[in-house]
Amino acid sequence: MLLIACPWCGPRDEAEFHYGPEAHHDHPADPALLSDEEWGRYLFFHDNTHGPRAERCCHSAGCRRWFHTVRDTAHHEILAVHRIGEPKPETA
Amino acid sequence: MSADARAADAVEHPEWLWHAAEPKKSYDVVIVGGGGHGLATAHYLARNHGITRVAVLEKGWLAGGNMARNTAIIRSNYLLDASAALYEHALKLWEGLAEDLDYPLLFSQRGVLNLAHSPQDVRDGVRRVEANALNGVDAEWLDAEQAREVCPILNISPEARYPVLGATYQPRAGIAKHDHVAWGLARSAAAAGVDLVENCEVTGIDVRAGRVTGVRTTRGVIAADRVALCAAGHSSRLAALAGFPLPLQSHPLQALVTELLEPVHPTVVMSNAVHAYVSQAHKGELVLGAGIDAYNAYTQRGAFHIVERQMAALLELFPLFARAHVLRAWAGVVDVSPDASPVIGHTPVEHLYVNCGWGTGGFKATPAAGWVLAHTLAHDTAHPLGAPFGLERFTTGALVDEHGAAAVAH
Ligand SMILES: Cc1cc2nc3c(=O)[nH]c(=O)nc-3n(C[C@H](O)[C@H](O)[C@H](O)COP(=O)(O)OP(=O)(O)OC[C@H]3O[C@@H](n4cnc5c(N)ncnc54)[C@H](O)[C@@H]3O)c2cc1C
Ligand SMILES: [Zn+2]
Repeated sequence: MLLIACPWCGPRDEAEFHYGPEAHHDHPADPALLSDEEWGRYLFFHDNTHGPRAERCCHSAGCRRWFHTVRDTAHHEILAVHRIGEPKPETA
Repeated sequence: MSADARAADAVEHPEWLWHAAEPKKSYDVVIVGGGGHGLATAHYLARNHGITRVAVLEKGWLAGGNMARNTAIIRSNYLLDASAALYEHALKLWEGLAEDLDYPLLFSQRGVLNLAHSPQDVRDGVRRVEANALNGVDAEWLDAEQAREVCPILNISPEARYPVLGATYQPRAGIAKHDHVAWGLARSAAAAGVDLVENCEVTGIDVRAGRVTGVRTTRGVIAADRVALCAAGHSSRLAALAGFPLPLQSHPLQALVTELLEPVHPTVVMSNAVHAYVSQAHKGELVLGAGIDAYNAYTQRGAFHIVERQMAALLELFPLFARAHVLRAWAGVVDVSPDASPVIGHTPVEHLYVNCGWGTGGFKATPAAGWVLAHTLAHDTAHPLGAPFGLERFTTGALVDEHGAAAVAH
């Protein structure tokens, strides 16, 4: 079980959180301008890094706020936690 | 006596089933990944196409990845035409595989029940049974009482948290002994001249003028005319080495076994709604599978609360299991695709092919995956059964959405 530090509530068990997908994978400003390939890239291709990965997380059984984490997918270490809107911290 | 009839006496093994090979300087075909799919591809390259200048490169030991970690459920009751054709081809191959390999696989067609717990589950199940019938896949709709006749230990009480309202039943489904499948395929491939190279991690893929020329490994550079990636949960990492992305997410998937018990469970029971599935292996252990862990990870290790919830759900369905002791739990890294269907065939790099995205359910497809990929490697064209599963569907939008039939289940 992971211990995740909610930026508002502090460290809590993983079971309190709802895991969101890759962070910073933003909806295109004007999808109608995209080619099929670009739209497919947005919909179906997500970061699957072996190593530090920026992702979203919701403290659904706590303050119910979304925030960002950087977690290493090779061994689960959480390298950074930050609030939405704050810049992604340098981790490497 | 058939190979499977001899299974009961299968304790005697020859000293060697295959000999570990030293990597050569070059091959016609290099297969990356020595799991079930890589080994089946090598077997059918030799058997169907006479191609034997082939190496299977495995970073660890042979079939120590998901092939060693799955719950071995085999079925073909998928919803859509393309999937039913592919998985049914696999099931037909399973029905003759022990003969073909002359090796006992403990393939046991004991049937599978897919439970329905809500009116929507019932509608989906009935629809799937009808679709299966149209595709020549054996399937029946059972009410709760009939489901209990197939599996007497199933709790069909309306008091259950998620009561059983009915089930789809595929009598030809079942289980096989996954290690035996790997060993049988490996023995056959090695006997045909294929080099099985262990402790050989692919760390680079050489591409010249848009065409693959070979691979770099922890045991040296190996030239190849054609390369096939069969790396399951690690497929994205290999594709990245060749410079293109795959629409996959890698997640831990967990399973558990209990101590050995008297035979109590005659079939396979799966429930998508409560994320649990169970069968009883030949030796007697209950084999219990969970849903994927939510987060991406390459750890081969999952979270405790996932299996805790899964156990709670299983105890509702099988109160009898409350007294069984769990002996082991483990995880594999599965490659989940957006439409719960595999990705098979060509890539942006010429002569480099993929077979991945099987996620939580590729064991059942092992012979068909090998059959189809071997065809593509031999002819540089999609096999008709593989054609709907190409990478281009994530541009055209022609997805093969099997979430209902595959979901977390197998
Ligand atoms: C817990 C669990 C339960 C499952 N239950 C079922 C089930 O009941 N029914 C079902 O149909 N499916 C099931 N599956 C899914 C099934 O196991 C997989 O879809 C299938 O095994 C994938 O094909 P494979 O056997 O070739 O994979 P693997 O055995 O994982 O083979 C891939 C191989 O590639 C190797 N590799 C990776 N990277 C490299 C590299 N860079 N260089 C060299 N080698 C590399 C790995 O070491 C590995 O041996 C389950 C999976 C898990 C984890
Ligand atoms: Zn919080």
